[in-house]
Amino acid sequence: MRRYFGRKLFTYLLTFFVAATIDWLIPRFMPGDPITVLVSKTNTLSPTAAKAMADYYTQLFGFNQPMPMQYLNFWTSLFHGNLGLSLYGNGTPVTTMIMAAVPYTLALLIPAILLSWWAGNSFGALAARRKWLDNTVLPVGYVLTATPYMWLALVLSFLLAFSFRIFPLSGGYGFNLEPTLTWLFFTDLAAHWVLPFLSLFLVMFGGWAIGMRNMIIYELESDYSRYLASLGAPQGLIRKYAFRNAMLPQITGLALQLGVIVAGSLVTEIVFAYPGVGQLVFQAIQNEDYFLLQGIFLFIIVGVLLANFLVDIVYVFVDPRVRVAMRGGTA
Amino acid sequence: MTAMTGTAAEKSPSVDDAGNVPAPAAKRARGEFLFFTLRSKKFLISISILLFLALVAIVGPMVDSTDPLAQEMLPMRHPTLDPGNWFGTTYFGEDVFAQFANGLRASFFVGFLGGGLAAIIGMLVGFLAGYRGGWVDEILNMITNVFLVIPTLAVLLVITSYLQARGVMFEAIFIGGTSWPWAARAIRAQTFSLRSRDFIDLAKLSGRPGWKVIIFEIAPNMSSYLFLTYILLFGGAILIAASLDFIGLGPTGGMSLGLMMYSAVTWAALQLGIWWWFVPPGVGIIATVGALYVMNVGLDEIFNPKLREM
Repeated sequence: MRRYFGRKLFTYLLTFFVAATIDWLIPRFMPGDPITVLVSKTNTLSPTAAKAMADYYTQLFGFNQPMPMQYLNFWTSLFHGNLGLSLYGNGTPVTTMIMAAVPYTLALLIPAILLSWWAGNSFGALAARRKWLDNTVLPVGYVLTATPYMWLALVLSFLLAFSFRIFPLSGGYGFNLEPTLTWLFFTDLAAHWVLPFLSLFLVMFGGWAIGMRNMIIYELESDYSRYLASLGAPQGLIRKYAFRNAMLPQITGLALQLGVIVAGSLVTEIVFAYPGVGQLVFQAIQNEDYFLLQGIFLFIIVGVLLANFLVDIVYVFVDPRVRVAMRGGTA
Repeated sequence: MTAMTGTAAEKSPSVDDAGNVPAPAAKRARGEFLFFTLRSKKFLISISILLFLALVAIVGPMVDSTDPLAQEMLPMRHPTLDPGNWFGTTYFGEDVFAQFANGLRASFFVGFLGGGLAAIIGMLVGFLAGYRGGWVDEILNMITNVFLVIPTLAVLLVITSYLQARGVMFEAIFIGGTSWPWAARAIRAQTFSLRSRDFIDLAKLSGRPGWKVIIFEIAPNMSSYLFLTYILLFGGAILIAASLDFIGLGPTGGMSLGLMMYSAVTWAALQLGIWWWFVPPGVGIIATVGALYVMNVGLDEIFNPKLREM
């Protein structure tokens, strides 16, 4: 147990270290100078004022210190939870801005991931080696999984919000409302949530359904299934065993897909102007707010790493072989 | 059945009842391969779609040389059945077809180059880790795992946002450089299973250097697998590029399908109901990537007799 999790934890810590270092390296070694960009944004014409401002920023961000010192300072402030101030948010701490956006993103992501995983796997398992269902689920699944997240979001929003006006077009809640604990606000929030959730759900659904369908076919072709069939076991029982085995790669697949899923939620939020992390990324890029962007980057990394660790824990409960191996036996 | 007669023919080219000398195994395998290729509906449909799209991407910009960013000083045109106006124009009077054809070209380019680069890195890491084993494997595996859990798009966001001028070439290289880990892991596992076979041991005993064993013994035995990996990387690169362009980090001064959607959203095509601005790029991406995925499955069935549905 300790060895398994120790190894995993080491990988995740190393990943975080590498990601944070990339985060630190990029502004310092990429062509283009963030300080020049900052100064040019103020539209100063006088060169002396520009010089003074550049000096001030260099001082403020510690760019005048030796590189190793800068790197050390970066880690110190990181451990204090200090990701800098946002230019776009007029000096609001980056952490505060991210924290305000995270609940919206999680409210989209968690239900979409869990429900699509469940529904996709169920449908995929049903469809495998059943002619009629397979011929419908498979093409639909391929189209969905090849769909860019933002495009489905655009089309859904065009059909259901623009043409038929069933759901609101954009935002996290109505412009005329304030976030309060009232029934009115809650229903409005839910109405704004439906379309972004649906577009995320549908694209993911296609991927899981196809993956499960293909896995089940592999399993039904394997020796143990053949043996069961030759013993005269009912089809339902064989499928049940096949499903259990096919589930394991799907759990690993979930961990591998997390990065893509997060990217999908970012672009979906942009389409709906949903006030989550994606919208924040968009604003950060539009306003060249590098502190905000770097903060979000670190935040996404930490989130994905935590989710990966969660999947690792779930895997132990689902796969008996891992459990046996942990107790020192061989499976 | 065919496999058994194949091995028999290898041992002793015998004369059958009708007096015909059976074809050598390799030739027959090729014939069988061709037979299943031409019979696979999945493969035929997907390759037709891909060839058609490639034709649009290559020939389109040559035939219709309209600059995708040139704004005609006319009111916006809705798409109509009139020749030359099937796609209409954008809010600014830019020709949507010119944007589509040029964007498709960029997508194929990114897929080809980005997917290719990712495949090369994945093969290098996978072969080396799987063949060498030991501490080389430990280190490469650790690197792969680190890159595997980092969300690709987040890294690309931070890197590309600092570039003032961005080209499609750069985009392809960055995508290729970050999307290889799963391929490396899959190739490593395959190499691992091949490594302990007798013919590899024989090749090693004959004193061939390691890289020759990898190129001439291991790679040909998983060539179909490598090709399928490349197809998936190709499609993945197109999707990543579309997301990146959509966030506003696309090629500067160029055209891409993601950029079309970005412009459409930025200039409120949704609120104004200009659907012909954002529908074509999405359909183009779905058709390309979907056809690639279907082709992957079709080829898998051709290469792997176990999956064929009789």
